[in-house]
Amino acid sequence: MTRAHKILLTSLLLACVVMAAVLIRLRNRAQDRLQEEATSAPSMGTAAGTPPSAVTLYVPNDLDASLTAVERQIPLPADANAEARVLLENLVQAFHAPGSTHPMQVSSGVNEVYLLPAPSAAGQTRSDGELAVVDLTSALAAAQPSGIEPETLTLLAMLATLHANMPAITEVHFLVDGQPRETLAGHADLTRTYLASEANPEPNPQTAPAAP
Amino acid sequence: MQPQFVVVLDAAHGGSDTGARLGDGVMEKDITLGLERRLRAALRTQGVDVVTTRDADADLPALNRAQVANHAQASACLVIHATATGSGVHLFTSSLSPASATPVLPWQTAQAAYVTQSLRLESEIDAALAHAEVPVTLGRASVQPMDSLACPAVAVELAPLVAGNTTSARAITDEKYENLVVSALAAAIGSWRNDWKD
Repeated sequence: MTRAHKILLTSLLLACVVMAAVLIRLRNRAQDRLQEEATSAPSMGTAAGTPPSAVTLYVPNDLDASLTAVERQIPLPADANAEARVLLENLVQAFHAPGSTHPMQVSSGVNEVYLLPAPSAAGQTRSDGELAVVDLTSALAAAQPSGIEPETLTLLAMLATLHANMPAITEVHFLVDGQPRETLAGHADLTRTYLASEANPEPNPQTAPAAP
Repeated sequence: MQPQFVVVLDAAHGGSDTGARLGDGVMEKDITLGLERRLRAALRTQGVDVVTTRDADADLPALNRAQVANHAQASACLVIHATATGSGVHLFTSSLSPASATPVLPWQTAQAAYVTQSLRLESEIDAALAHAEVPVTLGRASVQPMDSLACPAVAVELAPLVAGNTTSARAITDEKYENLVVSALAAAIGSWRNDWKD
């Protein structure tokens, strides 16, 4: 190998290392920016001075498996995805509040909510509703008391709150930190898509469903 | 030929799947296995054929639990859970919408064909627990392996007793409390034995 070849090879190697370093730096910057956007999403779209809107949160009671409607005044963002997230975050704050009837030691429960057109049923050309993909935080899953009743109540409270305030949402699917997960905390099934109206089932004389 | 009356008991969790941690080192998997053993003994004294999904502290996927239950062609399936939250006994049936039985049932939603019977079984258990003065909450839930069970199925979740107007506080490990619940469940299965074919 001549001296010229050696210099060329060394230069190419050096260029590769510099390019790799630049790419890693750019990727980290993009990641930081996305993280920052995700963290500040609830306030995004809520213009300063936005008047609060009346919303209904459905708060569970672990002792009788009921959901109680609680009226709140909350400034809501214009963006529907952010609105759904703000609603659920306020619900999680109610779980965390002193004297909560469904106590959960978690301050932030929802990473993001994505609204998509609900998949059409077989034979239908289009669906009228929206599918909400709710990305829960792993902190919420870790703080969730384990059991069929407490886990089901958490999901039903979220379904009822979305259904009451954003009736266009007809279906809800849950993720945890962006990943599909089998259960919320060992019991309630997260592999299936829930109907938003599921928290308010048809009256059944044989059951006392956990419904508002 | 009369169909045989068989009850399947599924003690939830097991092995590396500890289930809920119920305080003082008590794990859900141990409570469920203890309840299953006592209920199995109580039912066998009544002459009921009992099939269990697990008899030891072992891992058992939901798929295998459903296989055991469905192979038994059971007249009743009780999925036993425990939690530290709430009070009394929580009874759950599948949240699937009732559907007509077909010769071949889809595995993921086999329970849909049995939801109406499951609600009747739940009603029998509710009545027996009320008779024993144990508070009950009823609900619908999506919990595996319930949706894959081809039998009248109810999830029975034991919670501690919170002191109230008619009840005094009882820990989930309180033997008297557990025996009270087991006796009520055995009585409910006894009633179901007379009614299940209606």
